[in-house]
Amino acid sequence: MNPVIKEIQSQISPVTANVDFNAGDTVTVSYEIKEGEKTRVQQFQGVVLQRRGSGSSETFTVRKISSGIGVERIFPLASPFINKIEVNKRGVVRRARIFYQRALTGKAARIKEKVVSKK
Amino acid sequence: MSGIIGKKIGMTSVYNEQGKNIPCTIVEAGPCVVTQIRTLEKDGYEALQLAFDDKREKTTSKALVGHFKKAKTTPKRKVVEFGVFAPVAKKVEVAPAAEGEAPVEAAPVQDAPSAYKLGDKVEVNVFQEGDFVDVAGTSKGKGFQGVVKRHGFGGVGQATHGQHNRMRAPGSIGAASYPARVFKGMKMAGQMGNERVKVQNLEVIKVLEDKNMILLKGAIPGSNGSYVTIEK
Repeated sequence: MNPVIKEIQSQISPVTANVDFNAGDTVTVSYEIKEGEKTRVQQFQGVVLQRRGSGSSETFTVRKISSGIGVERIFPLASPFINKIEVNKRGVVRRARIFYQRALTGKAARIKEKVVSKK
Repeated sequence: MSGIIGKKIGMTSVYNEQGKNIPCTIVEAGPCVVTQIRTLEKDGYEALQLAFDDKREKTTSKALVGHFKKAKTTPKRKVVEFGVFAPVAKKVEVAPAAEGEAPVEAAPVQDAPSAYKLGDKVEVNVFQEGDFVDVAGTSKGKGFQGVVKRHGFGGVGQATHGQHNRMRAPGSIGAASYPARVFKGMKMAGQMGNERVKVQNLEVIKVLEDKNMILLKGAIPGSNGSYVTIEK
């Protein structure tokens, strides 16, 4: 990306959320919803399928199984509506985009947890 | 009305106060230098000639070097004339006060372009956030294109039923012995792009004075690095 564009992006729409997660991780995204006058915080927990884009235009896709139906949501990383991104589990996956997860259900859809060594 | 010459940097998107993601184009605008003032008496019309983007003197013709020297500036790449400037466009530069003297008051701004002098600078602060501007530039050249791409024709739409090598053909271009000619302006294949295009009423999202940058909502003509004029 053009360094000038990058600088202006970080100046006007900086990414303030936690960016330390990758495909295969289980995350909980807390995001604000406007309902008329009120705003409330909703949570979306699921597996990160991919991260795409760069700078303030980066987005990530989270997939969860809601009452038996797969639901995917794409969040812009720099969105001001995102309050918090919490990493619940680090998964071991071999690729950056784990779309094969969509075809898997039940036991096959499990993702091995990464053993994080503490230093 | 006021204007400035700019260089397209590229596109990005930013979030506004409502949290909406707005697509915008970053343009490096100015600082431009006034290199000539057209007056009613001398030229029959009023306008300001602005110049933008330095270039080497070695690559400039002697005639142009002289022209820029008159305005006490370095040679510039792009020179454009703008119509009458609004008085607000004038950036008043207060001369630094000598010791013991009161600071020199800036002269009250008169009607442009007589308010400008040769060598005056026009900067990006002639625009404010929320202004609506027109941007003109040269669109990306697409070469010689057929009617489907150039004019949005539908093409034949069928590959079978007797069609052969005419999937993107224009079809009939007129009747037979009357009028016995093709009307002027008939939409046909030809050069597409690489022409002057003006986009009107683009909102100014942000003005970054320290960087001489301006963010405009939406797309503007031309490739990255091409020159555009921004007018209010």
